[in-house]
Formats: sequence, C-alpha cells, structure tokens
Amino acid sequence: MPGAEGPVGPRTDGGLGGGQRPRDRRRHILGDVFAVVCGAATLVGVVALAILLFDVVRDGVGQVDLAFLTSFASRFPERAGVKAALAGSVWILGLTALIAFPISVSAAIYLEEYAAQNWITRLIQLNIANLAGVPSIVYGILGLTVFVRALGLERSIISGALTLSLLILPVIIIAAQEAIRAVPDSIRQASYGLGATRWQTVSRQVLPMAMPGILTGTILALSRAVGETAPLIMVGAVGFIAFTPSGLGDQFTVLPLQIFNWISRPQDEFHVLAAAGILVLLALLLSMNAAAILLRNHYQKNRN
Amino acid sequence: MPTTHDIDTGGKAPALEARGVSVFYGETHAVKGIDLAVPANKVVALVGPSGCGKSTLLRCFNRMNDLVTAARIEGTVGFRGKNLYDDDVDPVEVRRRIGMVFQKPNPFPKSIYDNIAFGPRINGFDGDLDALVEQSLRQAALWDEVNNRLNDSAYALSGGQQQRLCIARTLAVKPEVVLMDEPASALDPIATQRIEELIYELKKNYTIVIVTHNMQQAARISDYTAFLYMGELVEYGPTDTIFTNPREERTEEYVTGRFG
Repeated sequence: MPGAEGPVGPRTDGGLGGGQRPRDRRRHILGDVFAVVCGAATLVGVVALAILLFDVVRDGVGQVDLAFLTSFASRFPERAGVKAALAGSVWILGLTALIAFPISVSAAIYLEEYAAQNWITRLIQLNIANLAGVPSIVYGILGLTVFVRALGLERSIISGALTLSLLILPVIIIAAQEAIRAVPDSIRQASYGLGATRWQTVSRQVLPMAMPGILTGTILALSRAVGETAPLIMVGAVGFIAFTPSGLGDQFTVLPLQIFNWISRPQDEFHVLAAAGILVLLALLLSMNAAAILLRNHYQKNRN
Repeated sequence: MPTTHDIDTGGKAPALEARGVSVFYGETHAVKGIDLAVPANKVVALVGPSGCGKSTLLRCFNRMNDLVTAARIEGTVGFRGKNLYDDDVDPVEVRRRIGMVFQKPNPFPKSIYDNIAFGPRINGFDGDLDALVEQSLRQAALWDEVNNRLNDSAYALSGGQQQRLCIARTLAVKPEVVLMDEPASALDPIATQRIEELIYELKKNYTIVIVTHNMQQAARISDYTAFLYMGELVEYGPTDTIFTNPREERTEEYVTGRFG
C-alpha cells in the first residue's frame, strides 16, 4: 500500500491500544462532534415548537371552555367563540375527505396497476408531482374561477371543499402510489397464478395491503387542508359568521381564518381568543394524527 | 434438432405441448423456437444454467408472461386441444387450470385458512369450503402441522411450511397441471426433501413441470428432463437417459457439473 502510514502487517502493540493513537483519537472526536451537531439541529425544531406551544397555551388555555366552543364570533371578546369556525372546519374536512379519497386512490390504482408504462403515463406522473408543489393560493384562484364562478356554486362550503380536494389530490395520489408500489410483486403473481382477475387481485390483495400507507397519507394531507387559509379566502370563506352551516351551499368560515381574523384586531382580548382558537385547531390536528396511527396499527395487527 | 419425438407419451395426448415457442423481451430473444411435449401425470424437469430461458418457458405454459409488458410470445402451446394463445382463450381461466408455485414462498398476509380459501372464493366455489381447505392441506402434507391453528397468520409458518401452503393453495383451485419454478431453492435440505416427497405424491393426480437448478433433484423426482441452453432446447428425454447416456456432449457436460 503506497504512502500508507504505520507498519504493514499485523500490529505488534497487542491491538486494543490503537484507540489511543492520535489519528484514531481525532477520528473519535470528529464522530462525537457530528453527533452533537445533529442533536442540536434536532433541538432547534423541538425547542421552537415547545416555546410556541408554551406561549399559546399560557395565553389561551384559560379561554378554552364549553362556552368558547359553543359561542359564535362576536364584537365583544368575552362573548366570542369558535362554534361557526369549528363547525366549518369539520364540514370542510369531512367533505374534502369524501371527495379527495376515492378520486386519489382510484388515480393511484390506475397509474400503478393499469396504465401502460409509456411517455403519457410518465408525463401525467411528472405533472402530479409538480402539482403537489403548487402554492395553495393558486388553487384558491382556480377554485374561484371554476367552482364559484363557472359552475355557479357561489361562496359555499362545497366550493371550499372542492378547492381543498384539488389541493390535496396530488399529495394523496403520491402517497397511495407509494403504498401500492410497496406491495411485493410476488403477491400479485400469487394471485394471478390462482386465476384471479386484475380487479380481484387489486381489490382483495393489493389494496388491503396498501391501505395503512394510503390512510396515513390521506390523513396527513387532510391535516394540511385543515390548516389552509389562503385558498378558502379566495373562494369566499367569511371571517365573521354567526351561524353553523346546514348544507353544501351555505357560507362558512374555518378555524385558521377565525384565528387570523382575531389576531389582526388591535385589542389584546382578541389576541387571547386567537391563542385559544389555535389550541382548538391543534387539538383537531393532533386527534387526526392519532386517528392515523390507530388506523395503521389496526390494519397492521390484522395483517400479522 | 431434438424434438418431442424423443419421448414416448404412451399413446396418450400430452398434457401440454409447446410448438415453436419463442419469447422476446424487447430485443432479447430469451426462448428460441422450442418444441416440447409434457406427458400427462408425469414430472418434467427443466434444467440449464441461469438465464437459459427455463423459467421464461415455464411461464409460457400458464400465460404468466402476459403480465410482463415487454414480453412477446410466438408459437403455440397446446392444452386440451386448444392453443393457450388463441384469441378466444381467457388467460385468467388458463391460470386457474394450470397452477403455479413460485421460487420464494409467497403466502398472502392472511390466515392459513384464508390463503387456501382465496382461490376457490374468487373462482366462485360454492361447496364446502372447510372441507376443501382440509383436503388441500392434506394433499400438501401440511394438515397435521397446522390443523389446530388455521386462523394464525401464514407468516408465522417456517419457510418450508409456507411453500407447502403455497402448493396447497394452488391445489385448492383444482388445476390439471402444476408448474413449479425452483420451488425448493429457498429451503433447507429437510424442507426440500419434504417438497420432493410431495411432488412424488402429487404426480398421481397432476401433471408437473418443474424448473430446477439442482441436478440431483431433477434426477430424483422427474420422469423426463429437458436441458435448455441459451434459449434453445438442447436435449429432451427420459431422465435416466439424460443423466446416464445423453446424446449431446453439452448435456453430459452440464449434468455432470463440468459447466454451468
């Protein structure tokens, strides 16, 4: 070995003392430094989140009570609540899930199991990946043009849900495709080998195996939709509303918009309400994530 | 050129009969104009070095190559007086009647019972499913090991048990021919021996075509052996002849382990 440092051949110092040589010591220190740097990088995120949470909880936790959850927005901070916004968010969430889930999963099944691997499929695939990166405000403009104006759905819950569905379609499609692709080909072959049709193979073997991944992806995408504000402003969600929606055509507001509305007011009392609103939104998001984990565990338990 | 006339099918029509079968993967000519008749209720072994086209040929017998988009097949495969590749033949029906066992055990992530029941269920079986499951597991010599835990996951079984489960699953749809693609190559010697004993039992009721890398295995279990090399059928005949007195020098070199 040309230029090698140290003696060639078996070591004569007994072997285990090697860690004390300067070169090895430097190596170990570098390793330690790297671990510390990576640990610190992790802490940046965690600490920032902790400070934010602490701040919000300190301001808002006193405000969150039954009255807050069951009152409409009001000019008087002591009487204001999130009833309309919470109801609006839940409506939007449910409708978006109902619209986006079947369309996305169907698209993913088509792309993975049926589509020929040619340039058209690759082009569609590329576009879906790009759509996942389009800013949400652009979807808002699209929703305004297509749903509110062209289809005449007005500034309604259905317009908002359709817009958010478009927004999260590519995200769910990609997650579902990955889950479907992760199903081993040997399972498909086994199924075809027993005389199953493509549809039987997909519906009875591939989809059940991919379902935990698909559900996790869907719920994470819905979490994103619940936090969206910009596209809903575009399609006409209202900041101040004193009724809960009773149908698809009703006007609506959502939690992030209510929070934004409160925080943009000068009075400190409204800022406290905003903090309380954030807590409600966080609780909604965390329970959705919990649901994702429970669903995944449920499906995985059935599998084994 | 060696042809199917090398073997004596005892006056009976062969169970499967390949005529001029060629397979192309894009530009690659993987199987080159093979003629091969598989006699009913016999075990035919396909042997040859890696990449010689034996697995590809096997997959022609139940149209599994249809699932590979780049594959193109020429020639005919006769089965019960029909060509499997005729336009009016449904590949799904072909695969039900000509079952397949794969190289690696590939049970479904379901219970032992549901693994067996899947095939009958999708094929509209309306008889006594419990009895069919038991019968299939018995045929695959697995019943005694699993009869008290049919609802356990198939993944809890050992590799050898999983492969016998896959064989039982194939038998449950009542095929006429069973194709096996190196069914024991992922198993230990004892599990391999059990699979071989099973194949010996199965040939009473089924016609079996088996791809194997293991010369001793081919010699032990098969009635006829086909030696493939570079996509061509070099020699085909009774296993005894192929192993003790082959006509072709290449066959002798391969079966005695001098190349391959």
